[in-house]
Amino acid sequence: MSARVANPVGAPPPRNNYLNATHGLSSWLLTLDHKRIGILYLISVSAFFLVGGIFAGLVRLELLTPEGDLVSGDVYNRLFTLHGVIMIFFFLIPSIPAVLGNFLIPIMIGAKDLAFPKLNLGSWYVYNLAGLFGIYAMLKGGVDTGWTFYAPFSTTFSNSYVVPTAVAGFIAGFSSIMTALNFIVTIHRMRAPGLTWFRLPLFIWSNYATALIILLGTPVLAITLLLLILERVAHIGIFDPALGGDPVLFQHMFWFYSHPAVYIMVLPSMGVVSELIAAFARKRVFGYKFVAFASIAIAVLGFLVWGHHMFTSGQSVYAATVFSVLTMLVAIPSAVKVFNWTATLHRGSISYDTPMLYALGFIGLFTIGGLTGVMLGTLGIDVHVHDTYFVVAHFHYIMVGGAILGYLGGLHYWWPKMTGRLYNRFWSQVSAIVVFVGFNLTFFPQFVLGFLGMPRRYWSYPPEFQVLNVLSTAGATILGVGLLLPLFYLLASLGKRGRWAGDNPWGATGLEWETSSPPPTHNFDQAPIVTHGPYEYERLHPTSTADDREPYGG
Amino acid sequence: MAAEHHGTLAHHFESYDQQREASSLGMWLFLVTEVMFFGGFFLAYIIYRSRWPQDFALASHHLDVTLGGINTVVLIASSLTMALAVRSAQLARRKATVLFLLFTLLFGLGFLGIKAAEYADKFEHHLVPGPGFEFHDEGSDPRHAEMFFNLYFGMTGLHAAHMVIGAGLVFWLMFPAWKGRFNAEYHNPVEVVGLYWHFVDIIWIFLFPLLYLIGFHLEG
Repeated sequence: MSARVANPVGAPPPRNNYLNATHGLSSWLLTLDHKRIGILYLISVSAFFLVGGIFAGLVRLELLTPEGDLVSGDVYNRLFTLHGVIMIFFFLIPSIPAVLGNFLIPIMIGAKDLAFPKLNLGSWYVYNLAGLFGIYAMLKGGVDTGWTFYAPFSTTFSNSYVVPTAVAGFIAGFSSIMTALNFIVTIHRMRAPGLTWFRLPLFIWSNYATALIILLGTPVLAITLLLLILERVAHIGIFDPALGGDPVLFQHMFWFYSHPAVYIMVLPSMGVVSELIAAFARKRVFGYKFVAFASIAIAVLGFLVWGHHMFTSGQSVYAATVFSVLTMLVAIPSAVKVFNWTATLHRGSISYDTPMLYALGFIGLFTIGGLTGVMLGTLGIDVHVHDTYFVVAHFHYIMVGGAILGYLGGLHYWWPKMTGRLYNRFWSQVSAIVVFVGFNLTFFPQFVLGFLGMPRRYWSYPPEFQVLNVLSTAGATILGVGLLLPLFYLLASLGKRGRWAGDNPWGATGLEWETSSPPPTHNFDQAPIVTHGPYEYERLHPTSTADDREPYGG
Repeated sequence: MAAEHHGTLAHHFESYDQQREASSLGMWLFLVTEVMFFGGFFLAYIIYRSRWPQDFALASHHLDVTLGGINTVVLIASSLTMALAVRSAQLARRKATVLFLLFTLLFGLGFLGIKAAEYADKFEHHLVPGPGFEFHDEGSDPRHAEMFFNLYFGMTGLHAAHMVIGAGLVFWLMFPAWKGRFNAEYHNPVEVVGLYWHFVDIIWIFLFPLLYLIGFHLEG
């Protein structure tokens, strides 16, 4: 293989690339180029992340004091519902697949584009259409059911805008189905000559597993929301006991999608982390096949554990026991990944560039989130801490500490490839550390609060919980600052003072680093032929030390 | 590439084979999502049917088995003409392709017409769920019978919506078929619409016995 790196760091990019191939607004809004669609998604997803973050900030602000003083209880219900709906359906689920996956998957497998470019562009419009319904519901006054839409509250009693919000979730599901379908077909049918399944980067494996979950799970959410809408609008009573239905059926159908959805959010991050650990430890990923198959195992097992959300919903104790055991099985492939990343780091020549800081943060926080998940999967403990802040802290360790750190790590790693620019190293490292500190300060106290018995979803609480809540709100402020910083230095990198990144600023392996930054419209000037695996760092850098690959001249 | 100037091979594919394989795999994956989508309704049906078997059996006697049977035959016939349309598209027989698509479309519309007549009949007999619902059969709880009709209208309604989309797709295919765009190398639009059409038929093949036939033999 070749370190066929044409442009070193600092050299201006080739004249023709996907960013300057055509000009004008319509060249972006009607583009069929997967790279441009990835950028479009980046803009949309970031906007929703900001909105969801504002709602989170208001929730934390209300919880600064024990009394419900900033907003009314009803408004508080709407705040945490909108925070959940936006973050899950409009940020976490599309984030890595639709932004990084869209941009990278065809390049990583040596293809010119995804299999269905029009479907890809369509998915972005469908996503935004769903967003319009969400914004409409928000402007009309929001929704107060929690993101779980439990019946019969959602179908009969809630006085908020359940239907437009459910329509938003229904439509957003189609957008992720379109993306997932595109990925699976592309990975099956469009790989470059020589690119066998076991030569694929682990990012591809994890996105493939994610796409499988999306394809099998999302339609079930769609039919569930459709039945909810029919029940609310036309009184077709499938779920409301007053209409002859069964509310537990709603919970089964909802969690059949929404538990696997957790893996939709975190599996892509795991794929990113596998790439980052290899690149910044300068080593082949330890146990490649185990890591690859662990993604598939998580996807499969993820469909068998939904009942652990319903330990207190009156399901039979036998069902609950089976779900409890199956839940613990998910810990096995997850732990396989964590151990393999750790083994990859062992004796690696590690550097602490920004993406690596995020990746290391991911490993630690995901481990805490995962282990508390095993605790919650234990039937006896779950009944005790059910619906408390312990659960809130647990899933934020997975979704923020896991999914978002992975997303940010990936964004920082591939930003030079996407834009051809290097961002400010110092500020980006500061941001990664601030995010890590702020995150832990926000959510670790919530473990304690939950264990002491503070229930979730209330806007006031007994005064003895105030110290921990103040800590949590202070942490949220720090976290907010850490998450806003990238907005500034990433945008600044696009300006006149941003440095040219060159083709391969990290000295990384993988097809995406063999083309120019930014890549040409068809991704490669010459169609690549693959002769080896994705992580040949030992061959590429036989005597590598931490210093000889500093993109910043270290 | 010899056939490239026909403009039917998208730029990012290496060959017609690759393009064809990609589009059929895409449609098969879409059908997997459809199975899961309808699966929610089938799950609800199984649960409530096993909870109230007697009420469901009584309620199902109010469906018209003859019309349902005719509709089953109509749909199977449409699947045959759809399969023949795919075959003629592969053989580049322009007129035959258009004709078979037309037959498929007419059978599909016929199905929807019969379905509409059945719905109108239910409406007249106050069997549509909602405030106007009335059910007086002896030994049956009207609430449970209403659940049967909830599911009947929900499932056949969702199926009918898929038929409408399918009919639209078949209609749209007639234009390129008329222009003679399809041949041995490029016929994937006909093929994937065909896959969709057969899938929607198969859903009906499950709906018909579940809704009309189970319990048909009970109470003469």
